[in-house]
Amino acid sequence: MSDGLAFFLIQVLNGVQEGLLLFLVASGLTLVFGIMGIINLAHGSFYMLGAYLVYALASFTGDLWTAILIGVPVAIVLGLALETLLIRPLYGRDHLYQVLLTYGLILVLEEIRSLLFGDDVHGVAVPAFLDFSIPLKDALTYPAYRLFLSALCLAIAGAMWWLIRYTRLGMAIRAGSTNREMVQSLGIDIAWVYRAVFALGVALAALAGMIAAPAASVFPGMGNDVLIVSFVVVVIGGIGSIKGAFLGALLVGLADTFGQIYVPQLSGMTIYVLMAAVLLWRPAGLFGRAGVG
Amino acid sequence: MRATRERAVLLAAFALLALFPLLAGTFYLQLFAKIMIMAIFAMSLDLLVGYTGLVSFGHAAFFGIGAYALFVLSPQYAAASLYLSLPVAIGAAAVTAAVIGLLVLRTSGVSFIMVTLAFAQMLFYYVIGSKTLGGSDGGYVYVKPSTTLFGWTPVSLDHPAGFYYLVLAALAATYLVLRFVTRSLFGHALLGIRSNESRMRALGFATTGYKLAAFVIAGAIAGLAGYLDAAQFGFVSPDLFGWRLSGEVLMMVILGGMGTLYGSVLGAFALVLLQDGLTDVTRHWLLPLGLFIILAVLLLPRGLGGLLRRAEKAHG
Repeated sequence: MSDGLAFFLIQVLNGVQEGLLLFLVASGLTLVFGIMGIINLAHGSFYMLGAYLVYALASFTGDLWTAILIGVPVAIVLGLALETLLIRPLYGRDHLYQVLLTYGLILVLEEIRSLLFGDDVHGVAVPAFLDFSIPLKDALTYPAYRLFLSALCLAIAGAMWWLIRYTRLGMAIRAGSTNREMVQSLGIDIAWVYRAVFALGVALAALAGMIAAPAASVFPGMGNDVLIVSFVVVVIGGIGSIKGAFLGALLVGLADTFGQIYVPQLSGMTIYVLMAAVLLWRPAGLFGRAGVG
Repeated sequence: MRATRERAVLLAAFALLALFPLLAGTFYLQLFAKIMIMAIFAMSLDLLVGYTGLVSFGHAAFFGIGAYALFVLSPQYAAASLYLSLPVAIGAAAVTAAVIGLLVLRTSGVSFIMVTLAFAQMLFYYVIGSKTLGGSDGGYVYVKPSTTLFGWTPVSLDHPAGFYYLVLAALAATYLVLRFVTRSLFGHALLGIRSNESRMRALGFATTGYKLAAFVIAGAIAGLAGYLDAAQFGFVSPDLFGWRLSGEVLMMVILGGMGTLYGSVLGAFALVLLQDGLTDVTRHWLLPLGLFIILAVLLLPRGLGGLLRRAEKAHG
């Protein structure tokens, strides 16, 4: 393998890893919109919350896995509570009020984070058995944790596909995204489906933040960056489409990674140019259905 | 009867704002100038949100363009001419709005919200990456624009009252222009698009053209607000394009009550004064602000303007 090829391979791995992680966040965003008709600006804050939660729990328990095992149920409970208190009154209201309320929620969550953890940048240790690098070429190596991260994200994506394709909840989700009234008249409790979908979205975003924490740092405002990039993913993939979110996330991950190498002065812009191109070609996104507002 | 009363209230409010410099010190003049700049910005967004039904979450993009236009046009230690730099700033914001509008108007509803945010973010990253624009550090406008025309200086903007009156004039002009626009045939077409776009299309209106025109007008006025902001604070930074400012101005419009123009002015006053009061009390002022917004959405479905209208009805 030549140096150039090894370098290229590393970048592809980085791009795919970034994309898969984004998928975990974006899939929740697109589900919550597709099923419940709610646009949730605070979705990125759950990612941040996950990262801070695992930072706090890992420094307490000393182990990443225990921290995640405790953290995910906490995120689910938070999701259920928020759905009941804040999101439920928004069903059927104009998107405007959803934007406004969830914007307020961003501010509240960000300040709670600031009160509890301060405004410093933190790190979470990589678990010992994954704390090594795989040599690709004399000077080029790839960290094992990142590879593990990609595999874990793929496994979660697979589990989601199974959940939506083969379980009762999945059936209700698919049916609910097509025809809400029909689902209700068939005797499925749509309120329960909504609660489950919202909690699932919160848990996925928080989990993404948790497993990303050892690979990156934990810092204030990290949720907002992820939120906006997730929007790009959802717009590219088509709103409400999980398949679209998957493809969109990979495209965005790769475009961002290669943009940083080939056009470093415009690196922040690559994904938005990609989005503009997709919009020109297919205004409803790659897998968007016509008429989905 | 109702219309004349509304006009009387607005004229009285304008008179109070015009007399304000006689009573207030520099601090309050600057605070009120800042509020009026945000009010101009919020009214421009109201044209989109309240009248056309386009919820833009990236309106700060045009505010930023206006501000950076003054930064680019100002010689380092000398003043830019108001008569040259202001039209250029407004024009630059309008052209940017036309280009972005052509793209974002291909979407609607919730995609429109996300896509407008994404385009503002794109400009944000462009400015951060650009060395000539000062990158993430931003830059200074050391000298306020000069109003000198053929050797005659009508008002010095360095004087707080002088700047205050420039902003007040811009506020009044913005209100009158937008009032004219929204009450014209064009404005009624926008309202028609807001309530049912396919019906308007069936009636033979080229709705995309109307929406684009509204987007450009709103962008141009946002550019005016950004220009004034840069002139007031003498500082520009990429945050002027940021989503937080886009969110703030959207809050002003919604909390004030959409589709009324003066509601946006109320929203700007309420929010900036609230922010100002809270920052004095606590470093974590965003927490009470966020709670306030959440409660307002849950408890005040029609904004502060709606509250006023209800109070008015109760009093007959």
